[in-house]
Amino acid sequence: MAFWPHLLLAVLEGTVAAAVLALSALGLSLVFGVMRVVNVAHGEFFMVGAMLAWWTAKMMPGGPLAGFIAALVAAPVAVGFLAFLTERLLLRRINYDPEATIVATIGLLFVLQQLALSVFGADAKPVAAPFTYRIAFPWFGFSGYKIFVVAASLMLLLAVWWVLARTRLGLIMRVTQFDRETATAFGIPVNTVYAAVFVAGAALVAIAAVLIVPIQQAHYLMGLDPLLMSFIVVIIGGLGSIKGSVVAALIIGLADGIISMFFSPTLAAIIATLAVAIVLVVRPQGLYGVPVR
Amino acid sequence: MSGKAVLLHAGVIAALFLLQFVASDYAVLMLTRIMVLAIYAMGYNILFGYTGLLSLGHAMFFAAGLYAAALGVTRLGLGVPEAFAVAILTGIAVSLLIGLIALRASGVAFMIVTLMFAQAAFLTVLYFGEYTRGDEGIVIPDTLRAFSFMGIEADLTNPVLRYNLALAFLAAAIALCLAVVRSRIGHVLVAIRENESRTAMLGYDVARYKLIAFVLSGSFAAFAGACYALMFAYAGSSLASIQYSIHPLLWTLLGGAATVLGPVLGTALMFFLVDFASGFTTASLLFVGVALILLVLFFPKGILGTLRQRVMPWLP
Repeated sequence: MAFWPHLLLAVLEGTVAAAVLALSALGLSLVFGVMRVVNVAHGEFFMVGAMLAWWTAKMMPGGPLAGFIAALVAAPVAVGFLAFLTERLLLRRINYDPEATIVATIGLLFVLQQLALSVFGADAKPVAAPFTYRIAFPWFGFSGYKIFVVAASLMLLLAVWWVLARTRLGLIMRVTQFDRETATAFGIPVNTVYAAVFVAGAALVAIAAVLIVPIQQAHYLMGLDPLLMSFIVVIIGGLGSIKGSVVAALIIGLADGIISMFFSPTLAAIIATLAVAIVLVVRPQGLYGVPVR
Repeated sequence: MSGKAVLLHAGVIAALFLLQFVASDYAVLMLTRIMVLAIYAMGYNILFGYTGLLSLGHAMFFAAGLYAAALGVTRLGLGVPEAFAVAILTGIAVSLLIGLIALRASGVAFMIVTLMFAQAAFLTVLYFGEYTRGDEGIVIPDTLRAFSFMGIEADLTNPVLRYNLALAFLAAAIALCLAVVRSRIGHVLVAIRENESRTAMLGYDVARYKLIAFVLSGSFAAFAGACYALMFAYAGSSLASIQYSIHPLLWTLLGGAATVLGPVLGTALMFFLVDFASGFTTASLLFVGVALILLVLFFPKGILGTLRQRVMPWLP
């Protein structure tokens, strides 16, 4: 294959990676933006979502499409419930202290990983794509499902943006983000907002997992990569800035696709990590971040 | 420093010395490992406990020492003492470089950045698999672990020598740690932990003190890594993984952050707990996870931290 078709393939793969990355990072960014805490177990929510997608697809009669649709409903609901429990039993009890939250969610990360290993086993679990249309380019065929993933992510991102920017619910979230105490004084139930945001973040990452699992197989250790990539995206984009997350996801996803294709995935990951260092040196608050007040 | 404190720390070291005469071969090996990793945890505590900077990436410094020693001995033909020296220098260089970048971030961003750097280091170890042998790891041949130092012939395959060497290093680490904590620098570090902007306002160069703590902490970790490689003849990528960044945090939290002996106690307790649990389950990660959650929820000061608060206010 010549250089240009190769590059086209890399860009396509990169776009798919960027779309899923934007979706997973969005959950992390939302939670950080509103609650000012980092959920290190975010990647494990992704993993649990993927495992549930595999399990639902296996249990559901009626072929891959039925299983996919069932998983799209079941995974976010179940992971959302898990997040709800985490918020109630863990985060609320330590009063959303940033350091304690990180330590506690690291604990949760290990617990979820071990439980997934004990319950589902250590082997990678393939899930069939809901449909198998292939787009034929002159040089190679490209999975139509991957294009669907990009479109679905785009729609979800727009939906989240719409909720945040145009609805009363979004207004309440932004007010809570801006000033927790004043929000409380104005009668906004801050604790309920926190719970809702945490659950929504988890549900988003679960949807991302359901979308990716036909491309990438479910495995109990799969959570670490999306977690670290989400961190990279969120730091480069600016902690708490949704626009920044999306822009950074696009940059990182495309770069990752291209470097992985022409060099090696390990090198791509090293470069992405070092990019964080450079961004921090040049612009500590990230591309679109606002310095913490 | 109060007489009680000196007595306590000397007593712990003396007790560890006497323990080797009653402990089984297996216990001696385990205690050696605990003492080496306790040095790692004590270094971590300088940054986390005293300075208030929570790093999630100390495995990169541990691994820097580990691989500097292992590669130095196997590839560069260094002797054991030279390998220790090279490992410490590597630790200082790496932590100085990372510290200059990572300390630009603060709070949550600092934690994430250290985590990211450690992951990049871990991936680098895998990327250069030709030299590091990745997962499988470098095994140091027995012949390379014999050395003579200041006219004394020694061999690190000897478990008794290994135990006492580890104990000597641990004693030196405790002494150094006590000295730092009681020094002017130590007091400034605690002041930074308690109120950074006020410390800056009082005229202290906060960035410089934080960097000192970072490099000190990273050098302890690198030294412990070198001990690990040379004493147990193994350097593998799993020792550079995220889990090895979390371990010192857990040990320090359990024993008590900002106490000199806390990390030692925490390391020992966690080792015995996991060793005890491995008798009936393979799910050791579950223990680590549950321990972290329970500590944060119910016991944030750790064992010695709580003791200091209740009955032993003189504990350094």
